[in-house]
Amino acid sequence: MKKSEDFRILPAGESCIFVDFGSMVSLEINGRVQALQKKIETEQLTGIREVVPTYRSLAIYFDPILLDLEKFIKRLEDIIPGTASLQDETAKTVVIPVCYGGKSGPDLERVASFKGLTCEEVIQKHSSRDYYCYMLGFTPGFPYLGGMDESISAPRLESPREIIPAGSVGIAGTQTGIYPINSPGGWQLIGRTPLTLFDPHREPPILLESGIWIRFRPVSEEAYRQISEKVNSGNWDMETLERRRS
Amino acid sequence: MDFKVDNPGMLTTVQDLGRWGYLGKGMPLAGAMDPAALKMGNIMVGNPVNTAALEITIMGPALTVTAGEAVAVLTGADLGLIINGKLKPAWKCFMIRSGDTLSFRGSSARGSRAYLCLSGGIEVDPVMGSRSTYLRGKLGGFNGRPLAKGDVIHTGEPHLLWKRFEDFECPEDLVPGHVPVTRLKAVPGPQDNLFTEKGLEIFFSSEYTITTSADRMGYRLEGPLVEHLGSADIISDAIPPGSVQVPGNGQPIVMLSDGQTTGGYAKLAVLTTLARCTLAQRLPGQTVRFERTDQASAILEARHFKEKLNRLIIARASFSTGHTMFHPEEREPASGSMNMKINDRIWKVDWELLDK
Repeated sequence: MKKSEDFRILPAGESCIFVDFGSMVSLEINGRVQALQKKIETEQLTGIREVVPTYRSLAIYFDPILLDLEKFIKRLEDIIPGTASLQDETAKTVVIPVCYGGKSGPDLERVASFKGLTCEEVIQKHSSRDYYCYMLGFTPGFPYLGGMDESISAPRLESPREIIPAGSVGIAGTQTGIYPINSPGGWQLIGRTPLTLFDPHREPPILLESGIWIRFRPVSEEAYRQISEKVNSGNWDMETLERRRS
Repeated sequence: MDFKVDNPGMLTTVQDLGRWGYLGKGMPLAGAMDPAALKMGNIMVGNPVNTAALEITIMGPALTVTAGEAVAVLTGADLGLIINGKLKPAWKCFMIRSGDTLSFRGSSARGSRAYLCLSGGIEVDPVMGSRSTYLRGKLGGFNGRPLAKGDVIHTGEPHLLWKRFEDFECPEDLVPGHVPVTRLKAVPGPQDNLFTEKGLEIFFSSEYTITTSADRMGYRLEGPLVEHLGSADIISDAIPPGSVQVPGNGQPIVMLSDGQTTGGYAKLAVLTTLARCTLAQRLPGQTVRFERTDQASAILEARHFKEKLNRLIIARASFSTGHTMFHPEEREPASGSMNMKINDRIWKVDWELLDK
């Protein structure tokens, strides 16, 4: 549709457009998506229903009766070039406690043996990096995380499990993620967090957001139980840290 | 009004216009598969357009009114509403009262999904801002599930003048046709550039059959292969409802109300909202054809439909007051104030349009 130097505005039916910043997964590009999202949300324009940030594009849903699309696109073309990629240097890292191995992570040993590592080494490598949350999707609250150490990558299970309990932390290929709800899946499960990523009756219902950083912190089974109790009684405060620079 | 479910039918769920506000967090929109029919039904019984109703699929439920009264209308597919043993037309409002029974004769050649809209709407607690049922997430609507035998359901606060809408009929020219030959309009993009010219040409000129993998999440189609330029995979991005995505096997999938919010298949086109409504009325085994349109024409189509809704509001108001109301030439104001004389006292009345 409209083409400028490094972004494209694409039609998606009569009530949605995509602002596409390229076809790469990178912090720089995702930072541009996040920045434009914030800008549009702050302006609270009449007729904008919702914006959906993904790896490298922003979907803007609108009411075609209330919004003058032509005018809006002109406005986007004006503001996008001047909108810097959001690389928030002061961004904190959200801590996700994880009980690794055992019943919580039935595939930990297998993941370790793939690469000839010990379980402790896998835990150490998995929990020593900060992960960037590029987007949420797939199921409510599922984070697409970037930045895993490739030396702990593992193939998907040959036959997926019918039920993976909510909170399970898994590895598939070079990706790591957390299952927000009980669902079927083929990821290798290495641990489980006592935090509730998705609760439709809580405010906010979804714990994580795109554009934030997270760090997994190994905890014992005993600590898992204690945190779990606090979470269930509404007494758990999310812990945030200064971001670790790699 | 309260009613009891004697038999739930094939798949009867509570739906409004969907759960906006959480698409960016991975929560599917859910909501009516044919939002046009839901909006029209709500207008007919005096509800705001986003009011929750029962979405009925092919084989309807059997219901008994256990307390109170309401006006009811069936919109969307005419699945043969029967009140107290008598067949009633769709697109006409009827009064139902305690003791009345409602059932359905069965499917219709003209569609598979109907909306039973009741004055006051279906009263369930909103979850994340919506009363829509999201089946896979087991949330929203009535306890996050389709209706089941024995459920007792309440309706909400109706329009002040609800009783006057009894016997109101939708003007014939406003009833959607959904005739089987209708081509489904689709706007190419956002990733039409990842398909060959021939692939696009084939998609917009061929007939596709709806497979048995067709539900509230989406419809898998079967027909001539749609050719990609290179890979079918993209870096995951958003999937608006109505998106036509084509995986590597070249067979299109149209994503619908309960479809996931993001995905990694190239999207060739997105259906207009009205085309999505038409598709939602089709069944596995039936065929569909598509027609290329552009975004500007699609927006015009949406404006024309909004005009129709305005005409329906005017028709209902004329019917209920006995006065002929005129269609305002300009876009109607959303609020205002006026002075009224009641029993010799003058009142200032502030008003606001709720049918939005």
